Amino acid sequence: MNGTICLSEIAHARSGDKGNHANIGVIAYTPEGYEYLGGMLTESRVAELFLPLRPSEVERYELPGILAYNFVLRDVLAGGASRSLRIDTQGKLLGLAILDTQLPRPPNFEQMKSTEAAV
Amino acid sequence: MATIRIGNGAGFAGDNLDAPRLLCEVGRLDYLTLEYLAELTMSILAHQKNRDPEAGYITDFCTVAKSLLPSLQSQPALRIITNAGGINPAGCVRSLAAILSQAGLDELPLASVTGDDLMEDLDRHLADGEPFTHLDTNQPLGDLRSLVVSANAYLGAGGIVEALDQGARIVVTGRVADASLAVGPVLHEFAWNHGDWDRLAAATVAGHLIECGAQVTGGYYADWTEEMSLADVGYPIAEISDDASLLITKPSETGGAVTTATVAEQLVYEIGDPSGYLTPDVVADFANVRLTAQGADEVRVEGARGRPAPDRYKVSLAYEDGYMATGMLLVCGAAAESKARRSAAMILERVHRAGFELARTNVEVLGSGDSVPGIWPHQESATEVLLRMSVHDPSRDAVERWAREIAPLITAGPPGIAGYAGRRPQPQRVLAYWPTTIARERVAARVVVRTAKEWLR
Repeated sequence: MNGTICLSEIAHARSGDKGNHANIGVIAYTPEGYEYLGGMLTESRVAELFLPLRPSEVERYELPGILAYNFVLRDVLAGGASRSLRIDTQGKLLGLAILDTQLPRPPNFEQMKSTEAAV
Repeated sequence: MATIRIGNGAGFAGDNLDAPRLLCEVGRLDYLTLEYLAELTMSILAHQKNRDPEAGYITDFCTVAKSLLPSLQSQPALRIITNAGGINPAGCVRSLAAILSQAGLDELPLASVTGDDLMEDLDRHLADGEPFTHLDTNQPLGDLRSLVVSANAYLGAGGIVEALDQGARIVVTGRVADASLAVGPVLHEFAWNHGDWDRLAAATVAGHLIECGAQVTGGYYADWTEEMSLADVGYPIAEISDDASLLITKPSETGGAVTTATVAEQLVYEIGDPSGYLTPDVVADFANVRLTAQGADEVRVEGARGRPAPDRYKVSLAYEDGYMATGMLLVCGAAAESKARRSAAMILERVHRAGFELARTNVEVLGSGDSVPGIWPHQESATEVLLRMSVHDPSRDAVERWAREIAPLITAGPPGIAGYAGRRPQPQRVLAYWPTTIARERVAARVVVRTAKEWLR
């Protein structure tokens, strides 16, 4: 059972903007996934993942009641909604982008998958 | 136990025009809220008002108001709260009054809530020692003062409560905190003690969850699948009781979904530290919020905590910052991506040869992974890509010169370029965002409640 998994197999996410900063909420499907991501998605790891956007700082906050981590990526929006020259002025795509992250396959991977039937 | 239902039918200026009507028709609402103002909407509206003193509000609201006339007539208890007033709430209410009057609703009490607009007294505040320091950089406003086009404090729920207490059926505000649109009716309905921060926090969470409309009912849901219909997506309803228990739901027989997953995604939308979500009404702590599915499309929200509101109001200020323009070309065929990048370089070289330098430029080759640059997997084999260029410069002439260089690439560039038709990109004035604060005691909500007939006098 070696290999990697994709973050999207154990979590979903949403991102948005506040001025020139973006936030990404990553929500684990199960408590096992939440615990695993606690060790995997550290502030420095997320800063590294988004290095091309040159964050000045990454902060991580916990929302254990909904199994979520909220990442604040400072100064990644190239000026924010008012001045950004990018098509994604508001960082709306960062949530989907982080879900592409490859992670080492944990031994209890099966317990991290979504238990909800597709809506 | 008393319970009220607050539905939100708009999440931004430009949201679906039919959603408010549909929500009122089938939502069994006590209150409809309509949220229209993003961070920069106020500065755009300020520009409009500079050109026309009667403008400066969200005109979509007038279209929506016409569609709501039957609901207003058949549901005498239904009340509407909106920040459609933008930079000119009184002008917005006058337009609304004319619509209602034509429909025979002359006696409907309508409120304007103002006091958020700081432009008139900006110099007095500065002279009194308010530096309008940038929230992130700590820079004082200083020399940018002369370039400021709008400055608005985020008011809390107080003015809305006062308007409802005075009997207003429709309340039109300028800038208020998004969540306060929902906190207002809650405080009007329930005799909560001032200082009941936990209950205020619950009402704030309610407002936060519904403020973006369908984003909590299936819109933008990361695990969306084609089985979930969004064409008829239902807009959200917060059902809140006087013990501050909160349920998020949507009208039955509409598309989308309200699940713990869709609600969780909206809870984390555009937040910083979840234990300190700042509003003018309360500092809400939703780090320990829990979500439980109760019935079909019903999610119970518990666990919000609150602390006293900050002693300063947030202010959203905008200043003139030169000109921007954006243009796109379709680039096709073998090696489309590299052709697109070379084309962009040719355009910039021609601008340079013409004697102009641009302060900021950005090139995106859409289809190759550039929408999240450096992070999406790079795709270099696409047969067609969209070349998107944006430029920013203090000089309108420089931006204008760049804009002229897009079309010539069709005949004087590589083969396989198409998609340029119509007008060349137009330089737009940039209104840059300057988030700051002001002492609470310097700002007071002003509430005027009159019947539609009286507003038209």
